[in-house]
Amino acid sequence: MSTNGYTSWAVDLAEVGPIYPFQGYEVLMVIVGVVFWIGWHRIQFVREGEHLEKARHTGDEEKVKAQLERY
Amino acid sequence: MDGNLNALTTVFTEFYYWVTVVFMFLIHVGFCMYEVGASRARNHMHTLMKNIMIIPLVTVTFFFFGWWIYWAFPNFPFWGGLDAEAGAANLPWADTMATNLGDRITGVFWAAFLLFSWTAASIVSGSVIERIRSSALWVHAVMIGSVWWIIDAAWGWHYGGWMVRLLGYHDAYASGVIHAIAGGYALGVIMVLGPRLGKFSKDGTPRDIPPHNPWLLTIGIFLIYTGFWGFYAACNVPAISPEAIDGQITGVTWTATNIYLAPTTLSAITFNFLMSLSGGLMAAYVVSKGDAFWTFSGGLAGIITASAGNDLYHPIQAMIIAAVGVVIVYNLHYWVERRFKLDDAVGAVAVHGYAGVVGLVISGFVLWGVPSSPYEGYATINPVGQITGAVIMFFVLGFLPGWILAKIQSAAGVLRIPEEVELMGLDYAEHHAYEDAKAAIIAADKEELAARGVAAK
Repeated sequence: MSTNGYTSWAVDLAEVGPIYPFQGYEVLMVIVGVVFWIGWHRIQFVREGEHLEKARHTGDEEKVKAQLERY
Repeated sequence: MDGNLNALTTVFTEFYYWVTVVFMFLIHVGFCMYEVGASRARNHMHTLMKNIMIIPLVTVTFFFFGWWIYWAFPNFPFWGGLDAEAGAANLPWADTMATNLGDRITGVFWAAFLLFSWTAASIVSGSVIERIRSSALWVHAVMIGSVWWIIDAAWGWHYGGWMVRLLGYHDAYASGVIHAIAGGYALGVIMVLGPRLGKFSKDGTPRDIPPHNPWLLTIGIFLIYTGFWGFYAACNVPAISPEAIDGQITGVTWTATNIYLAPTTLSAITFNFLMSLSGGLMAAYVVSKGDAFWTFSGGLAGIITASAGNDLYHPIQAMIIAAVGVVIVYNLHYWVERRFKLDDAVGAVAVHGYAGVVGLVISGFVLWGVPSSPYEGYATINPVGQITGAVIMFFVLGFLPGWILAKIQSAAGVLRIPEEVELMGLDYAEHHAYEDAKAAIIAADKEELAARGVAAK
């Protein structure tokens, strides 16, 4: 058993193509990868929205002025 | 070099490794910048010098005995004696370790491995900043850089190493042989060294000690990424024929190989380097809630987690493995910090050590049954071999030697700086000449300015 289909390198490399594990599951891997990517955006939108909403209510006028002076 | 093809191959290989060495120099530049940026201003000259002096100390010792260990130790001491024949050409007095028209490659191979040695030592250096004595760290640097890591390379990162042969150990881009061992070693040292003053409050709650220069730290880690490209290339043989490999591969097709002389491609490692960097960055950003420095370090930890199998993984596998590794590493870092009150100043134990271990374990499952070597009779890659390898790297050759040497240094009173000096800052204590000179010239300039002001009136 081997996850990439080769159990030894006693082969002619001219006749070898892919050597990554789980060949045949490329589409599934792409789906998993895309879910990871889209999920990342979703988490980021939700978190940033919550953060900004919280931030807009915490502004102290003096502190804001100090930030403006800080440039 | 007889024949045009032989000459071309030799010169190409010689130049290829030479270029990787130049790239890898950036890793050390990056580590220096990262450490200096992470330390407080009152310690930064000391922190810089501590890391810079790793370069000459590890270099000379790697010339004297480190390189010989790699060639003589693949089966020593458990599975055979020293390989005196292979070792002979790599002794410091061998004529091949010098300018020699009959051997054009030993110097660049030596240098490629040497740069890995600097990296191993530099990883340890980061976790102990602001409280270790430089003299103590420099002995650790020699031990991890020119002894312990190169023994693990002989065992598990050599085409004839016993771990490769018997365990099917596979660690193409050094998750274990550089990162797990260095992280384990750093953990052993910081357990004895103790945390920086003020790191933990009286009730044991850890305090954040922010970097004094976040931008220096940012550039530092980007330089480490850049140098890591060179590291990846240096772990490969760029072009070799089946005849030269002398294993089971048939036919006449030349190939790039990993360190074990098993086939891979530069294309594969380019895909996988970038996808694992990306997976690491994305996961670290989420898990750290956008913390800049954990995000950057997570990129590095992602690559390190995927490195054991990045010669063979599919790019999406590399990305997911990197992301999984980063989530584990981040949580483990804070759990260990809270539970054991350990101060890993730059997260080196986590980013290198835990990521390396996790990467080895995952690769054992994902690459189960894949041949580790082109040679007959070698074990194939398997979870038990990879987990055993991770224990050998992190604990046996990393943690234990670091802990024992630190204990000896501590007992001798030469490990940690005095508390008074720690509070005052090492730059004043050890670089007082610089501080005094600075104070004197500032006072003189002020005096001059005041005198001119008086004269003008």
